[in-house]
Amino acid sequence: MAAVATCDSVAGSTGSAVATASKRNVTSFQKRGPRASGTNDSGPRLVSIAGTRPSVRNGQLLVSTGLPALDQLLGGGLAVGTVLLIEEDKYNIYSPLLFKYFLAEGIVNGHTLLVASAKEDPANILQELPAPLLDDKCKKEFDEDVYNHKTPESNIKMKIAWRYQLLPKMEIGPVSSSRFGHYYDASKRMPQELIEASNWHGFFLPEKISSTLKVEPCSLTPGYTKLLQFIQNIIYEEGFDGSNPQKKQRNILRIGIQNLGSPLWGDDICCAENGGNSHSLTKFLYVLRGLLRTSLSACIITMPTHLIQNKAIIARVTNLSDIVVGLESFIGSERETNPLYKDYHGLIHIRQIPRLNNLICDESDVKDLAFKLKRKLFTIEVDFIS
Amino acid sequence: MFVELNNLLNTTPDRAEQGKLTLLCDAKTDGSFLVHHFLSFYLKANCKVCFVALIQSFSHYSIVGQKLGVSLTMARERGQLVFLEGLKSAVDVVFQAQKEPQPLQFLREANAGNLKPLFEFVREALKPVDSGEARWTYPVLLVDDLSVLLSLGMGAVAVLDFIHYCRATVCWELKGNMVVLVHDSGDAEDEENDILLNGLSHQSHLILRAEGLATGFCRDVHGQLRILWRRPSQSTAQRDQSFTYQYKIQDKSVSFFAKGMSPAVL
Repeated sequence: MAAVATCDSVAGSTGSAVATASKRNVTSFQKRGPRASGTNDSGPRLVSIAGTRPSVRNGQLLVSTGLPALDQLLGGGLAVGTVLLIEEDKYNIYSPLLFKYFLAEGIVNGHTLLVASAKEDPANILQELPAPLLDDKCKKEFDEDVYNHKTPESNIKMKIAWRYQLLPKMEIGPVSSSRFGHYYDASKRMPQELIEASNWHGFFLPEKISSTLKVEPCSLTPGYTKLLQFIQNIIYEEGFDGSNPQKKQRNILRIGIQNLGSPLWGDDICCAENGGNSHSLTKFLYVLRGLLRTSLSACIITMPTHLIQNKAIIARVTNLSDIVVGLESFIGSERETNPLYKDYHGLIHIRQIPRLNNLICDESDVKDLAFKLKRKLFTIEVDFIS
Repeated sequence: MFVELNNLLNTTPDRAEQGKLTLLCDAKTDGSFLVHHFLSFYLKANCKVCFVALIQSFSHYSIVGQKLGVSLTMARERGQLVFLEGLKSAVDVVFQAQKEPQPLQFLREANAGNLKPLFEFVREALKPVDSGEARWTYPVLLVDDLSVLLSLGMGAVAVLDFIHYCRATVCWELKGNMVVLVHDSGDAEDEENDILLNGLSHQSHLILRAEGLATGFCRDVHGQLRILWRRPSQSTAQRDQSFTYQYKIQDKSVSFFAKGMSPAVL
């Protein structure tokens, strides 16, 4: 079926054109050149969706994570159809920030949001999103803020061409109409009118667990089952997987799940080493992966992996996720008082990057990365200390 | 397929051995390039391939297959490739009640069941079609990867039983080959995974183990490949042969070299 074929190969937009072309008796070995968004090649073209761009390596459709620095480290962004797993820092201070940046990026680009949490009402989470920096005036202000600690020569160079500081250092492929990756001011709130103009769905576990939707027999904990059904429902109803003939969706669904695996979701992997539900979380991740791969969506999950008692589960969770980023904050550790680390708030570990539609992946050469939260900006830098 | 790897393994698509179980395992690195190699190798060898792909979608393998010179869509259309897309099948099983038993039926059950429906699927896919002339040389079962079954609630013993049944059917009865991938969790103390890995290591004829470098990440050497030939049925009088090479993965191929002889270093 054509609808299934196009939605099946949604993840590799350029590659899918080649695959479908082969169905029409054209030779399957077509040279894939880089395409500007204007030219029309053979095969069905995805109309360029706001806030996405094709990856330079394999034509994969990417969305921004909300942090341009993180996008660069991940090879351009988060691929549509994949999961970004954030291993929470010990006191859960910085991972909610990454979570909110991801959602804020969705609102700025006009994507549909699905926010799931067992702790906080999604409406409150949306109220606390950081404000985007969209004026030129603000850009100049925080440029000096960010770069004033760099060495003098680079500072001089940057001052001459200050306007170009915001562009990513590598111009990655054709840029789509709206900018890819915005900067946010963590001290201000997202304007109310932007939030109201956006299309979002909230899943707050205490509300949903009491209602009795049709529950299919499955060995997942009830919280996970309800969440999966909710996600599948939204994907189907709003046409993100292309199977609903009434809805022609040309937008991305950004799914955010907070504190997955914590006891608030009804899972006991953080409490007991060999609980009864030890497979619930991994099954959930597997079915979620299946849902994402066949729809125009991207997902961010924060998980308190430092609480999981059984290390084997962490390994399995890592294998079932696509990108895994770990945050390690210095609060409470001996590094907080270490003078070498005084500029930074913590370390960021890129634990896994997927090899999608490819044999190789865009691993950054630098593995020692530290982050700091300045007044307005969350920056990630190479840690020259270690 | 990677020509250099064929040279190291001393095989070509025309004269590969039959009735063998090959175990692929990876530790601290991604060993999926080996799966792509064997998939394109057996498709080029004109074998009937049943691919149980549990971890990635069809388009992923298809796009990489194009780089390696095989077209999975065409192979599927002409019946050479039977592809079970685990992710899609799981979504169907979990959200819609199906009438016939599905290969991944165990996802609906509360207790750890067995993999009998999956074995039935494999047997059905690879059974010889008596249409007169033999179109395909021999059947091949490819599984990527078995560790996912453990994550989905199967016990290690159930997975070993499944492999045993498949081996009896595919390797012994139909004189075909099997290639399975298992992750080695290393120091994560995944007992079930260790049982599975050890059990399979004893049964396989060839073990390809992709390991990350002990010294950490390197841009020019992506890892180390250990090749171990075993003869499980014979006595241990003959020693198993083992070779180690380092490799670097490129866009369409993988280059192998002896340890320390990376072109970047010399």
